[in-house]
Amino acid sequence: MIPLSHYLIVSALIFAIGTAGVFLRRNLITILLSIEIMLNAVNLTFVAFARQSGSLDGQIIVLFVMAVAAAEAAVGLAIVIGLYRHRESLNPDAFASLKW
Amino acid sequence: MELRFLVQLGIIGFTFFMLINASALLVLAERKIMGFMQQRYGPYLVGPHGLLQPLADIIKLLMKEELRPKGADKWLFTLAPVLSITAAFAAFAAVPWGAQTTFFGLLDDPVSLGVADINVGILVIFATTSMGVYGIVLAGWSSNSKYSLFGGLRASAQMISYELSYATALSAVILLAGSLSLREVVDGQAGTWFGFIPSWYVFLQPVGFIIYMIAGVAETNRAPFDFPEAEQELVAGYNTEYSSVRFALFPQAEYINMTTMSAVGADLYLGGWHGPFLPPEYGWIWFLLKIGAILFMYIWVRWTVPRYRYDQLMQFGWKWLFPAAVLNLIVTAALVLYFNA
Amino acid sequence: MPETLIFYVLSGLAIGASALVIGQPNPMYSVMMLIASFGALAGMYIQLDAPFIAVAQIIIYAGAIMVLFLFVVMLLNAAQEDAAEWDRSHPLRQPAIARFGGLLALLLVVQLAWALLRAGGLGGPVAGQVDAGVVSSVRELGRVLFTDYVFAFEATSILILVAMVGAVVLARREEGPTSSSKEGSGP
Repeated sequence: MIPLSHYLIVSALIFAIGTAGVFLRRNLITILLSIEIMLNAVNLTFVAFARQSGSLDGQIIVLFVMAVAAAEAAVGLAIVIGLYRHRESLNPDAFASLKW
Repeated sequence: MELRFLVQLGIIGFTFFMLINASALLVLAERKIMGFMQQRYGPYLVGPHGLLQPLADIIKLLMKEELRPKGADKWLFTLAPVLSITAAFAAFAAVPWGAQTTFFGLLDDPVSLGVADINVGILVIFATTSMGVYGIVLAGWSSNSKYSLFGGLRASAQMISYELSYATALSAVILLAGSLSLREVVDGQAGTWFGFIPSWYVFLQPVGFIIYMIAGVAETNRAPFDFPEAEQELVAGYNTEYSSVRFALFPQAEYINMTTMSAVGADLYLGGWHGPFLPPEYGWIWFLLKIGAILFMYIWVRWTVPRYRYDQLMQFGWKWLFPAAVLNLIVTAALVLYFNA
Repeated sequence: MPETLIFYVLSGLAIGASALVIGQPNPMYSVMMLIASFGALAGMYIQLDAPFIAVAQIIIYAGAIMVLFLFVVMLLNAAQEDAAEWDRSHPLRQPAIARFGGLLALLLVVQLAWALLRAGGLGGPVAGQVDAGVVSSVRELGRVLFTDYVFAFEATSILILVAMVGAVVLARREEGPTSSSKEGSGP
């Protein structure tokens, strides 16, 4: 029998790895991948709590998170493609022309 | 090791072995049927009526030199055929191919004939076949060749487009059966109407069956939807740079995918292992006959109709097949609601 | 006992694969590692008696979203040396800052783990008090989704429609005198 806290620790670790990826990687696609990692960590927390409380609300939220993640990935990648066409670069620092 | 565990291991090994045999026999069946349709004999020299031809083919393929292009990605080039074949085998694991049997009293409790009996079986098959896309797209990319890349991208775009129609046609059957488990879908088709028409879902869902078959042909990259593959005849396909064992896994994965699609079609629409004149323990014979009929139809269609151009293929999938599948689902839902209310 | 072993294997795979996603420079390998991580998470969902969510994870995340990422990575093939150079010249990568950040992260993880393991209500087994009947039933999930949460369901479908149209519009090549004359990069 696995305690709930184990699942929460795993989820926290995965979320932390995703956050580190968003901060430390300088490649637009890897940043989007790190965001997906964070969303998955949250999904794991929801499903663990749904199992513990015996209600389906956690799983419903997970379904909606998956749908929203799909929509966000599609639009985000479309934006990345548009940006690449403009500047030929995937480095976020290449799009710094609005900085004063 | 108790007997039941050993019997289940035996069933798993038997299914695996039969799948490998199926892909080998399909190679031969395709060439023989193609030959007869073109008014010539197929291969007939090796073994009686050419029955050992697949063996010769496999020995030839295994003896070839293993090439890897210089710029090819080291890991992904080998991973791609492995992904393809793993997804192909794993998809068949969720397909039940026979009724529950005690092997004539050998076991105390009946064991179900099939590798796994999952309560969300239909979705598991759908999930594993969508993992098969990765084998093709990674093969195209890791070959480090422009034509392979385009072939791989086109093949995978085609596969994910037709997955929509495939899933929507499946959903209509799930509505009729009321369960996601394939075994329950098949058991819902037992019995007959008026004493002689078997109560299969193909009679309740003719449009859905046609949509499923078309989407299945497109999913496995078979003609008339094999433009990404047939580029080999013109320019190149996703498996151009492959040779020997890595190459052999691709057509094997394709034939096993065909077998899985036929098996799932037989389970969902043609009543699985139910049929007249045979007791349930021998239902797998009916299952084999039904799979054979659908596979013959696959091969027959391939050598009869010309292939679609790629943009015609995508237009057909998105503009005709998917709306038809959605309409089928809506009408089925309305009728199920009406007759059950 | 085998249940605990499976949990440790799956969670180790999920954490390791996620670390490799951000840790190694090639974006193609990052995508493949993330697919492995999704597979491990799907296994953990099955252990948590959520079979539909597990299969939906494979179908939606590993089977669709990651294919999209793979397409984009292949089409926008940035050279690997450039990507590694961008990472190295990151302002947060200087040794002092990196060491401080790493120490802070380690302290936070230790504190979180200590707090979670100490908390009372969370210490029990996750499958202990409640039977898995309601949670693992797909029929029940469908019923709740279409009755209690039907508004969110419909709103999500409109969201996906908007995202689809938006993605097509955003990624469209501009026609006109300002468009570049290089050949299209898509199939």
